[in-house]
Amino acid sequence: MTSPLLTARGLAKNYGPRAACADVSLDLYEGEVLAIVGESGSGKSTLLGLLATETSPDAGEVHYRFRDDEVRDLLTLGEAERRLLMRTDWGFIRQDATQGLRMPVSAGGNVGERLMAVGARHYGNIRATAEDWLARVEIDPGRIDDSPKTFSGGMRQRLQIARNLVTQPRLVFMDEPTSGLDVSVQARLLDLIRTLVAELGLAVVIVTHDLAVARLLSHRMMVMKGGRVIETGLTDQVLDDPREPYTQLLVSSVLAA
Amino acid sequence: MYVAVKGGEAAIDNAHALLDHERRGDPSVPELSVAQIREQMTLLVDRVMTEGSLYDPDLAALALKQARGDLIEAVFLVRAFRTTLPRFGTSEPIDTDTMRAIRRVSAIYKDLPGGQVLGPTFDYTHRLIDFALAAEGEPERPAESQAASEVMPHVASLLDGERLIEREPAADPNIPVGDLTREPLDFPAGRDLRLQALARGDEGFVLALGYSTQRGFGRTHPFTGEIRIGDVEIEFVPEELGFAVPLGEMTLTECEMVTQFTGSAAQPPQFTRGYGLAFGRGERKAMAMALVDRALRAREFGEEVAAPAQDEEFVLSHCDNLQATGFVEHLKLPHYVDFQAELELVRRMRAEHEAGGQTDALEAAE
Amino acid sequence: MNEHAQATGYNFAYLDEQTKRMIRRAILKGIAIPGYQVPFASREMPMPYGWGTGGVQVTAAILGPDDVLKVIDQGSDDTTNAVSIRKFFARTAGVATTTKTVEATVIQTRHRVPETALRSDQVLVYQVPIPEPLRYLEPRETETRKLHALGEYGLMHVKLYEDIARHGHVATTYAYPVEVAGRYVMDPSPVPKFDNPKIDDCEALQLFGAGREKRIYAVPPHTKVRSLDFEDHPFRVQTFKDPCALCAAEGVYLDEVVLDDRGGRMFVCSDTDYCEERREAGHRGHLAGDDPLSPVGRGRVAEGDRVREEHKSDSASPSPRPSPHRGEGEEALP
Repeated sequence: MTSPLLTARGLAKNYGPRAACADVSLDLYEGEVLAIVGESGSGKSTLLGLLATETSPDAGEVHYRFRDDEVRDLLTLGEAERRLLMRTDWGFIRQDATQGLRMPVSAGGNVGERLMAVGARHYGNIRATAEDWLARVEIDPGRIDDSPKTFSGGMRQRLQIARNLVTQPRLVFMDEPTSGLDVSVQARLLDLIRTLVAELGLAVVIVTHDLAVARLLSHRMMVMKGGRVIETGLTDQVLDDPREPYTQLLVSSVLAA
Repeated sequence: MYVAVKGGEAAIDNAHALLDHERRGDPSVPELSVAQIREQMTLLVDRVMTEGSLYDPDLAALALKQARGDLIEAVFLVRAFRTTLPRFGTSEPIDTDTMRAIRRVSAIYKDLPGGQVLGPTFDYTHRLIDFALAAEGEPERPAESQAASEVMPHVASLLDGERLIEREPAADPNIPVGDLTREPLDFPAGRDLRLQALARGDEGFVLALGYSTQRGFGRTHPFTGEIRIGDVEIEFVPEELGFAVPLGEMTLTECEMVTQFTGSAAQPPQFTRGYGLAFGRGERKAMAMALVDRALRAREFGEEVAAPAQDEEFVLSHCDNLQATGFVEHLKLPHYVDFQAELELVRRMRAEHEAGGQTDALEAAE
Repeated sequence: MNEHAQATGYNFAYLDEQTKRMIRRAILKGIAIPGYQVPFASREMPMPYGWGTGGVQVTAAILGPDDVLKVIDQGSDDTTNAVSIRKFFARTAGVATTTKTVEATVIQTRHRVPETALRSDQVLVYQVPIPEPLRYLEPRETETRKLHALGEYGLMHVKLYEDIARHGHVATTYAYPVEVAGRYVMDPSPVPKFDNPKIDDCEALQLFGAGREKRIYAVPPHTKVRSLDFEDHPFRVQTFKDPCALCAAEGVYLDEVVLDDRGGRMFVCSDTDYCEERREAGHRGHLAGDDPLSPVGRGRVAEGDRVREEHKSDSASPSPRPSPHRGEGEEALP
């Protein structure tokens, strides 16, 4: 069996006297979808930031297995290597699409940016690739020159996905990608994500407060409360037979919420 | 035959002669002397010294005369002169504890050692135009009494006695104080450079930023710990002597804001400081500067940097009125080469638009 | 210190020697790392920020008593700011000044590269308002410095991509970004993109000074300077349909001069020295008249008075026949 793609050991982060994240360890394998669930303030977004090296931890370490199979400590990575990793082998889908997209730039420019960042210099080819990806995320390629400002919430999220997947990353971080969308739009987006994840064999860490999202997308899940992981296991197992009282409460309130 | 319009040297000289003529105004009105400006436009002179970062009332007054009272132009003259001055060395740090204060107010204690000294202030004047001033009479003599010899400790040091306020880091003689007029500014800048930039900064700009923090754009819950205005002695240690000799006195305005801080895991709750200093009488500037100084320390205290006044690069890049006026006013210089390029492009794009999408019709490969 | 400067009470070329050394160090560093913006302790000059203080400081730092200085603004020696800067150095350094490109050893310029090819014994000093080519894409200095350090120029190409997507071609006409020596992306200052090819593989040393932004950068002689583009949308320069109305030059950058309020206009060389040289050599445009030295005959040192006089006397003469709107405009469309 291959070694994990991403491993974290003893991650901790404090904001003032408050521990936003305490002693979190995890392994993530290629093609695996891990959901981190919890209420707001539980530390799940902080954990995502730590894993994606956007936030530096007060303690702990994160290792990643690169395409050449070398496993490296991400905290010792130089800025240049880290940024290269983030725009090639990784993706990050933000809850707020305006944070994940360049809003003044056209849809095609948004998708093409990563290609240009890694040296693509043929306009026609960049455009063709962008059109292809727009189609894959079910956006009419005829809208390639439109600004994402004219897109609906669901379209913006799909554009964000295309923008991230165009360099064929192996690992994608998602921060509440469906929240704030209408239920029907959510369902379509979740379906798209599930299809793409399966087709491309992506590893995903997804943060969500919505247990239905976790059930639909993830293989495994972690439940967080007060900055700590209180329960972890296979998604079906955790949702159908929660051991911790807090998880039981979460699961039982999901329909009410 | 066509002759292009040219801006000649003579035109420039004539324009400047006309400027001199206008500056003088009606010759039947007596000319202003530099001494009159220095003695009677003191707050303006002080502001020129502060933003010009050169303590020289006579020079500032002369600059104001030459600039026809335009503040930024006068600051410009002073700064350009300052650049050419040789640097002999750095004075000893001034000790404002020993200031002979003509005004000293604290908003956080009703009474305190050294007392509240109202001094000459516009505060509590009713802003009614005094038509009697037009008659140029002598004002009433102010009341006089013996100066109190009581020491005037800084209010912050009273709080410090209870450990209620952050400690000022002790001066380290091995770390030279930065000077943004000698070294290019780099971000993040140290507090020394931030304070220098703010002290030189445009009063209006710093005032507006300080005001913005009060309205919630980077709120710091400030209290005016103390404002003091008065004379302090400047001392200098010549290398060949090895001990400090007095160079003279200067009038300064100092403001310390006491602001809130909730503490962290490492530190118990305590008050924090914002500091402002201006040459001469510059109370408004010193207060605004103290607010912005504190706001700019957001990162140091782990506060979120979200408001303009907390954004070091924004504040320091835009607070200098000479830089601002130069770049804004440079727009009146000819730009016809660039404009021609844009003109060509817009015409071509319009033509293409009309022709229905033909592209690059007029461009030849390089 | 020469006598002339002594009389002014200032050091030769205004700046003190210590400051000049500091600026020269920045220049040397810039030459060593072509296209890299070197921070320098820009001084407060007796002229406003944004009016050439960067160029003036670079010029002051490299100027010697034997240099011959030419100053141009928009290609012309007679624009007010060029006159003012030339006068500044004539006064503080006492150096010889000229309007002829071939005679100059140091040429300070704003917004143009002379049409006459430069030589290895000449230095071209550009005045730069905003040295950061990424500034309007990313306003933060801390971030742009990082992007340069890491060679992350994807954003620049996004801008070009957007232009092509929207307009069918790149819509940047001046300050067109270039890649220097295969490494740093540089703002060539607001010269029209027409001038970009002249910056490439130039015989002369090219120095760029931004006073307000406190940056100096350089393009050493014979450095590869490539205008950014796409393989299938190569960089192109502006071309003008008609030659210069005064000297009939082709393949040069032209200024559009409005002759009246009925659409009459003419196109003349932006580089006034180049235009005069050609007219002295007998070239004639369709609005040039017959006098070889008209309309602007000048000696070695610019004489504003005379120019002004000529303008006055000419304004009394019959007005020129306005040309229809010609040039690189829509008429040139097939």
